[in-house]
Amino acid sequence: MVRLEKRLQPSAVFAWATPVMAVIATMIFGGLLFAALGKDPLVAIRTIFWDPLFGQYAFFYRPQLLVKGGPLILIAIGLSLGFRAGIWNIGAEGQYIMGAICGAGAGLAFYPLEAWYIFPIMVLAGALGGWVWAMIPGVLKVKFGTNEILVSLMLVYVAEQFLASVSLGLLKNPQGFGFPGSRNLQQYPSAHNAEIFEGTGMHWGVAAALIAVIFAYVLLSRHQLGYHIRLTGEAPRAAKFAGVSPSRLILFCLGISGAFAGLAGMFEASGPAGQITIDFNTGYGFTAIIVAFLGRLHPVGILLAGLLMALTYIGGEIAQSSLGLPSAAIQMFQGMLLFFLLAVDVLTGYRIRFGQREAA
Amino acid sequence: MSEPLLSIRGLTKAYPGVVANSDVSFDIQPGEVHALLGENGAGKSTLVKMIYGLVKPDSGEMRVRGAPYAPPEPQAARAAGVAMVFQHFSLFDALTVAENIALGMADPPAMRDLAKRIREVSETYGLPLDPWRVVGDLSAGERQRVEIIRCLLQNPKLLIMDEPTSVLTPQEVNILFETLRKLKSEGTSILYISHKLEEIRALCDEATILRLGKKVATCTPRDTTAREMAELMVGTELHVPSREYREPGAVRLALNGLSVKSPGQFGTSLKGITLEVRAGEVLGLAGVAGNGQDELLGALSGELRSASAMVVLDGTEVGAAGPGERRRMGLLTAPEERLGHAAAPDMSLTENAALTGAERKGIVSGGFLNWGRARDFAKEVIARFDVRTPGTENAARSLSGGNLQKFVIGREVMQDPQVLVVNQPTWGVDAMAAAVIRQALLDLAAGGAAVVVISQDLDELMEVSDRFGALNEGRLSEIRPAKGLTVDEIGLMMGGSHDMEVAHV
Repeated sequence: MVRLEKRLQPSAVFAWATPVMAVIATMIFGGLLFAALGKDPLVAIRTIFWDPLFGQYAFFYRPQLLVKGGPLILIAIGLSLGFRAGIWNIGAEGQYIMGAICGAGAGLAFYPLEAWYIFPIMVLAGALGGWVWAMIPGVLKVKFGTNEILVSLMLVYVAEQFLASVSLGLLKNPQGFGFPGSRNLQQYPSAHNAEIFEGTGMHWGVAAALIAVIFAYVLLSRHQLGYHIRLTGEAPRAAKFAGVSPSRLILFCLGISGAFAGLAGMFEASGPAGQITIDFNTGYGFTAIIVAFLGRLHPVGILLAGLLMALTYIGGEIAQSSLGLPSAAIQMFQGMLLFFLLAVDVLTGYRIRFGQREAA
Repeated sequence: MSEPLLSIRGLTKAYPGVVANSDVSFDIQPGEVHALLGENGAGKSTLVKMIYGLVKPDSGEMRVRGAPYAPPEPQAARAAGVAMVFQHFSLFDALTVAENIALGMADPPAMRDLAKRIREVSETYGLPLDPWRVVGDLSAGERQRVEIIRCLLQNPKLLIMDEPTSVLTPQEVNILFETLRKLKSEGTSILYISHKLEEIRALCDEATILRLGKKVATCTPRDTTAREMAELMVGTELHVPSREYREPGAVRLALNGLSVKSPGQFGTSLKGITLEVRAGEVLGLAGVAGNGQDELLGALSGELRSASAMVVLDGTEVGAAGPGERRRMGLLTAPEERLGHAAAPDMSLTENAALTGAERKGIVSGGFLNWGRARDFAKEVIARFDVRTPGTENAARSLSGGNLQKFVIGREVMQDPQVLVVNQPTWGVDAMAAAVIRQALLDLAAGGAAVVVISQDLDELMEVSDRFGALNEGRLSEIRPAKGLTVDEIGLMMGGSHDMEVAHV
């Protein structure tokens, strides 16, 4: 008989090994899935994991890794702080949209003025937009005890409707021949989130993501607030005993995750996407939840997980176009990754024992 | 001598890394009350679990009335006439007494007949209990009666009782003892597990003492002093905390009509608690579990806020202040629940040292934590209180209960508090460690701090307290000098007997 036995200490080895095991398991079962769809599994796996990095057109895909990974990492870092404390912001997608609308809106308000201060104002406006959107579930939870999971999630759909509304109304390009969507910020130099180094994919949002990784690392390992976040997640009563105010922590964690998501939205709208349109959001806010857990809620882990996730996105797109894999199969492949991660995660806290069960 | 009811020979049980029982042998005669004595971790629980069929011994044999006895499961043990009352009750709050009892039976009779039998048994043994009452409304003492009656309905030959008096007032203990004596007079044997030596002296005929899994002695409790038994248990001479009397100083902590609503649904709200503790003084607060102890500790630690003037520390009103602020001012506390409240289970001892020591030990400055200092502080606590652990980076969860308790109390004591409030400071701690903790509390008071000890262990309170009070349903009794209080007086302060009556012997 197989049974699980709780470890005295969480295993440090497995804390690092489980993400690797999850990736390997995903490759195996993903391969079976692709085989069942009539594709060569080895080719499919190679297309997803190898070609974007070292394939024939890698020069084109490598910058994409940063472009896709940047927002994922930035959002996931913010989310991970709350997740560490047991505060579940599921609505980063909505905060991402609101950050994009506010950031782009602030920039477009100055059009066609060219000035150095426009972009910094857009950054602040983007963070503020996401922060405000996340404060709604925060304040409701603190004041009325509502569930932040439900409220933040439902606000995603509100934000999507709002996005459609401004794309067709408030922010619509007056010279856009009636098409929905704002002016293209890539053609407005003061508001354009251009690449810092040409051709690398490294734009200001990627820089912000790297700064966020360092910020979160220092916060969690050195600062009392980070200690209180971890304490609240592990032992809420002990945290209260230590003097943590749960309400303030809820507002801080939701606020910072909202602000980071808003920033990511703003950098995306003013950079790679270039404009606010009805279908501006592509699910970064939801995928970032997977990234946060894949990275074990650890800043460095999230950095790596964000890049890995970006890789499966890009590789998935290549597989769709060159192998004709359905997009649902790619999504399933990504879902498998989270599923296996959660499944093997149990090994960190427990060890498997074979043999006769002892009545105790 | 007649044939023993239960005879145990060479019983051995090993778990990976630890031998729980090694070659334990003893006999229980019919109609005998046999005590099983030992510190935490001495192997008492494993031994009774083997007798009750919950754990299989590695070697050794048991006989019931001469016939081989090796119960593969508790059902077989019950069939052989062995019943057990556990320390922690396994009752469903939402069901009635009769329904709860029926659930434990293999073939329950009709509810009406069962209720009648419950009434019969409860009246015979002086354990009044209405079969139709919902268990959620019963006191701890009444719940224990449900468990006992559940056992008695099986007409057991041997009744095992694991620490039965920890939830009872002295009066309730007396009533329980009358019941047990009546059972004994009818020929039922009782295996009585406890570490309360005076109880064992009052009740038991024979005692088997375990230490580190081995039987180290047998004795006749009536002819042995409590101190001698304690030393047999511990294996060395026992250090009794010492103290000198001194005039108490200025009032350090004052509660003025402290009333706080309990945050929990089943908690006890505090109602108008007024007291003063002076420098150099130890105030002992007794009370049966669940009478407001947790809430009082919370109201003092700052987890529960009250009106500002209700809690006064050295002349400053702090009722509305949070835990951190109170700590900075010198009011420190140690809650009862070690894991999850006083300490974070999965965090290291260094991180747990920072949990309450951050402010007073200079671990935090400008919001940043100095982990080096936290580690030094953890090391100091470990060294001074002899906490057995491989090092400061081990998780709190990996420590034994007693060691973690020493760490938790030590962490507060070593911050030089003006006022220290502890709840159940030696709960589940072995006798040696308990003596160390009590001595530390007394030394702290001798150094000019005011100490409040909330405990359910009356012996402990009488040992350390200058003055004594009791909590009963969130109210505080009159506070009296501890010296010269009788057990009867203490019992009345704790709320008396909760309408129990003595067995009609």
